[in-house]
Amino acid sequence: MAKSTSSDVLTLIRSLRSAYAATPTNLKIIDLYVVFAIATAVIQVVYMGIVGSFPFNSFLSGVLSCVGTAVLAVCLRIQVNKENKEFKDLPPERAFADFVLCNLVLHLVIMNFLG
Amino acid sequence: MGAKTGSSPPVVLPPASSGTALFPSLNTLKLKTKQQELLIRVSILALVYVLAFAIRLFSVLRYESMIHEFDPYFNYRTTLFLTEKGFYEFWNWFDSESWYPLGRIIGGTLYPGLMVTAALIYWTLRFLRFAVHIREVCVLTAPFFASNTTIVAYFFGKEIWDSGAGLVAAALIAICPGYISRSVAGSYDNEGVAIFALLLTFYLFVKAVNTGSLAWALASAFGYFYMVSAWGGYVFIINLVPLYVLVLLVTGRYSMRLYVAYNCMYVLGMLLAMQIRFVGFQHVQSGEHMAAMGVFFLLQVFYFLDWVKFTLNDPKLFYSFLRIALTCAISVGSLALGVGMATGYISPWTGRFYSLLDPTYAKDHIPIIASVSEHQPTAWSSFMFDFHILLFLFPAGLYFCFKRLSDATIFIVMYGLTSMYFAGVMVRLILVAAPAVCLISSIAVSATLKNLTMLIRAKNNATPMGSSKGASLKASAKASSFDQPLPYQRNVAIALLLGAFYLLSRYAIHCTWVTSEAYSSPSIVLAARGAHGGRVIFDDYREAYFWLRKNTPADAKIMSWWDYGYQITAMGNRTVIVDNNTWNNTHIATVGRAMSSYEDEAYDIMKSLDVDYVLVVFGGVTGYSSDDINKFLWMVRIGGGVFPVIKEPEYLVNGEYRVDKGAAPKMLNCLMYKLSYYRFGEVTTEYGKPPGYDRARGVEIGNKDVKLEYLEEAFTTSNWIIRIYKVKPPKNRW
Repeated sequence: MAKSTSSDVLTLIRSLRSAYAATPTNLKIIDLYVVFAIATAVIQVVYMGIVGSFPFNSFLSGVLSCVGTAVLAVCLRIQVNKENKEFKDLPPERAFADFVLCNLVLHLVIMNFLG
Repeated sequence: MGAKTGSSPPVVLPPASSGTALFPSLNTLKLKTKQQELLIRVSILALVYVLAFAIRLFSVLRYESMIHEFDPYFNYRTTLFLTEKGFYEFWNWFDSESWYPLGRIIGGTLYPGLMVTAALIYWTLRFLRFAVHIREVCVLTAPFFASNTTIVAYFFGKEIWDSGAGLVAAALIAICPGYISRSVAGSYDNEGVAIFALLLTFYLFVKAVNTGSLAWALASAFGYFYMVSAWGGYVFIINLVPLYVLVLLVTGRYSMRLYVAYNCMYVLGMLLAMQIRFVGFQHVQSGEHMAAMGVFFLLQVFYFLDWVKFTLNDPKLFYSFLRIALTCAISVGSLALGVGMATGYISPWTGRFYSLLDPTYAKDHIPIIASVSEHQPTAWSSFMFDFHILLFLFPAGLYFCFKRLSDATIFIVMYGLTSMYFAGVMVRLILVAAPAVCLISSIAVSATLKNLTMLIRAKNNATPMGSSKGASLKASAKASSFDQPLPYQRNVAIALLLGAFYLLSRYAIHCTWVTSEAYSSPSIVLAARGAHGGRVIFDDYREAYFWLRKNTPADAKIMSWWDYGYQITAMGNRTVIVDNNTWNNTHIATVGRAMSSYEDEAYDIMKSLDVDYVLVVFGGVTGYSSDDINKFLWMVRIGGGVFPVIKEPEYLVNGEYRVDKGAAPKMLNCLMYKLSYYRFGEVTTEYGKPPGYDRARGVEIGNKDVKLEYLEEAFTTSNWIIRIYKVKPPKNRW
């Protein structure tokens, strides 16, 4: 049973990789950005687990900055993806402008919250 | 009208030819149908805007421009402080005048939205050289925001149905009594701006879901921020929106637009909300906010799965992936929740929240919540009183919503149903339900009227057109096909239309009547009908507070039941022991214990609290029924909840609460009884009744010979509504 599961996982990863190779480059860049942001958030959470969460607002603003960045980037990715029919009439420039605006607000608030 | 004046300059022709020349110029004035519709729509909205403001001014006309009730006095006092000392001082204000000897950190324990809004309006007006007083601004803030709410309601209605429904919604909400009750001029309370913020947040969120645009989601996050800064009811938003997302997920209406709207709104809204100090870290710590976070993670998982499914394009592989992913996600999620709960990191739900889910909870566990009349479960009659015809238009509107189901109508249906439930649990939450009920009813009204008028007009068109080639209009074609089996269709439609107009006009009349009769009373100035039908005004409250301000030492501490705390600090400018911000139950219980003890025991308690004056409200002379004797059982209950020395049965006779000769001996000799009825036995209040006849309860009092040992009467207002006693200094021992 365990063997079949691990082989399942292996075939899964292999087919995922081959399928992912077809993604356009600009989406891949966004994906990398998202992965980086999530990794930063995870590092912060682990660090908090080791050191403690004393300036809680600092921790929160750090993590939320990463999470917010990741989520907004995913939203951007959804909006500029040509295969999403829902966003056909949304030009990528507009999507990017919205993304920048949201990021601006996000990081201004985080600067205020960092304490 | 604007077009007419705009085109008048070209008419500078010689007077002789003006008669013929005017004709073409009039022709150019003729607007196209689209423009006419726009003009009518804008003017209706403008009229509704004015109407919403004007109907709320009854209280100013009847009485005067003043702040109403209890809580608004605190808001007024803090706004005054804000405008005088500036924002920084306000934010760091430690108030030593309330909750003596504890004090209160005002900046960290209030929702500053209302005060900041009023101060901004005040500063803007000052900047424009309008010399207004801050009190006028505070009095008119609620009507002003009610007017703005009608505009938001129009756009919301337009978003979920069409512009006709939006117009009807704006008109309905402008005069809906459920909303007016908390937004008349002078009711300067958080709800006044909060309902505007609530509706704005919902509208922007629905707009974001419909368009899938980050900008709208950002706007709704800002709306949420304003709501959080204004009222504790923001918890409703942070629970309703995730619930809505969950319903869309379960019913298979998940879309990328929903993902964009919810995630952006949640992350930014949460972050913005944390900037309000009173809310602080609650979004990540308290159980009431966990639903939103759970749905946030759920959406991420859902999106990820969706993406993998799309990329893999292979159902068999995807199922094995799904199995692995789901096991991981569920185990991690439950582990995190379990650890959070076990370590006490996520706080459990608060009492108010429990009492919303279980209406009987407050009655059994928290007397301080149950004692507030606006926290009682709602009676049927008050639903009818506050909603009138909307109450049966509401189900009709739900029917129309279900008939044309979309993301937006699902939202309004959920908002309507949940808020209706909460309105049934607590009287004051009718306010939250009012916008939803208005919007859903407006859909019913608008759809019905549209269908009826279409029938009437289609018939008109169909008869002449029947001879010509054919009905080009789709509607008339439909109508003519219906025409044959229903000969009286047109008459019936006209009759129904007239009926609808009759109902709507009854609604308008009802609303005006309710506003002028029931909701415009400031409750700090009382009005009654005299024996000859004339109006008698009892202005005792302000008389007493003015006396306190002028005749007591500046550092005097006043003890009263907590209802009057805010008013004493705001109008009397004196320190109080407890006030309407009921955050410390023990302190309130101590006051309740003092009021329900014998005089000598009460004296010790009062000495330990440094009390200089005691203030009681007494309605026995005027027949004013919400006085301290009628609230006394709550004092006993709240006092007894903390100090078991106080036992409720000792104040009752066979479970009955009475103040006449048959009253319990403890009742006849407790401090509250003595202070209320001191020297009352000498007064004849009503012709033909013995002296000491209590008009509020309609009985002759049981203890006419009240002697006070440790207190002395300091001041009694002209109608005896407020009585103030001075606590004597300790006796000389030699």
